[in-house]
Amino acid sequence: MTAAPTWDIAARRTLHRRGASFELDVAFRSSASRIVLFGPSGAGKTQTLRMISGTADPDRGHIAIGGRALFDSTRSIRLTPQQRNLGYVYQDYALFPHLTVRQNIAFSRVSGWRNPPRDARDDVVERWLATLGLEPVAHAYPEQLSGGQRQRTALARALAAEPVALLLDEPFAALDQRLRARLRDDLVALQATLDLPMLLITHDDDDVAALAQEVVYVEHGRVVAELGQLA
Amino acid sequence: MDAAWVALKLTLKVAGWATLINLVAGVALGHAFSRRRFPGRDLLDAIFTLPMVMPPTVLGYYLLVLIGSRGPLGAWLLDHFGIRLVFTWQAAVLAAAIVSFPLVFKAARAAFESVDPQYEDAARTLGIGEFALFVRVSLPLAWRGILAGLLLAFARSLGEFGATLMVAGSIAGKTQTLSIAVYEAVQAGQDDTANFLVALTSIVCIAVLLAAGRLVPGRVAGRA
Repeated sequence: MTAAPTWDIAARRTLHRRGASFELDVAFRSSASRIVLFGPSGAGKTQTLRMISGTADPDRGHIAIGGRALFDSTRSIRLTPQQRNLGYVYQDYALFPHLTVRQNIAFSRVSGWRNPPRDARDDVVERWLATLGLEPVAHAYPEQLSGGQRQRTALARALAAEPVALLLDEPFAALDQRLRARLRDDLVALQATLDLPMLLITHDDDDVAALAQEVVYVEHGRVVAELGQLA
Repeated sequence: MDAAWVALKLTLKVAGWATLINLVAGVALGHAFSRRRFPGRDLLDAIFTLPMVMPPTVLGYYLLVLIGSRGPLGAWLLDHFGIRLVFTWQAAVLAAAIVSFPLVFKAARAAFESVDPQYEDAARTLGIGEFALFVRVSLPLAWRGILAGLLLAFARSLGEFGATLMVAGSIAGKTQTLSIAVYEAVQAGQDDTANFLVALTSIVCIAVLLAAGRLVPGRVAGRA
């Protein structure tokens, strides 16, 4: 039996930006566990990520991860973002400002109408607080955190939901140069430990060098090249 | 002066119920308008804002046509439940709710629009259902603006006169709110009563505004 590719994506969507329309037509198949969508800003990378996560819909196409169809316009499949179970780390992290670090990380661990209490104890949450060195700031609010702490909180929040894959939108863009190098290494180590497929978008060459097993180059809404790992 | 206290109690009851109705209706519709596009949205938005600019007597007249015993809603209520709404305190609640509705609707809509949709998307990717994320993310982040609108609506309901008079009349102890009692007292030349009622109304309004000032900047999203 041949395994389905980890990433099987073909998504078309017409976007309207300030009166002009923009054709997004991104397609790639890959079984790389760390794949980087690389391209200039405005190329449609974030929109692609949103379509994969289900917070935006393609006009047509299909999206499957690990052989599981998340969206397929010909078969009328459209899983909600809630059903897709993908971790999403936003460029500016989108941490809930009214919740502490611990509450943010525990957010997906309770499904009712109430947010996790401030002193919530949950083994998964505690493990991520410890793994990512966030214990000292567990009771802090996002606005009180440094850039690196925010990024790790966003990562922990996504991972605590035990996703089947991780999507990251420019996860290092908001950080200074030295911190970036360290957090890149941490992310690679983490990804290897968890064996979690990861798709990251960036316009930074250093991210590609440090993180990519495979690079998908996107320009003007289209894939212009796909490169497997050279090293 | 017992009558004045009765009028005050009635006024607070009417304004309280009207605000409660607007809490549910204004927040639900304000959220829908901030996040969804649908045909007729602009027209509906204009209609929902109308009570802010239309004379209350005109609103009262519309309401009277609707809930009067020959009106479509009034006739239905009378036939099926034997309820006569006109000239009851419940009619006064309806009048106050309609007149003050745009204040909650507009405030709630603006408050929800100021919440970055990315927070809601983040909650979705974390597996949280639509209603739960509304309660856990959207509402806490918009709460401050909604509360400001609710307090304004409460204050506006306290002073409601025109529409209330049209549909609820001025029955002492039953539908005669403070503002209507003031008018009646002046018309009847009862200066003492009028003076007391005016002083009482002013104190209540100042108290509401002070409470508003205390409540609104207090709970800021993101801080303990």
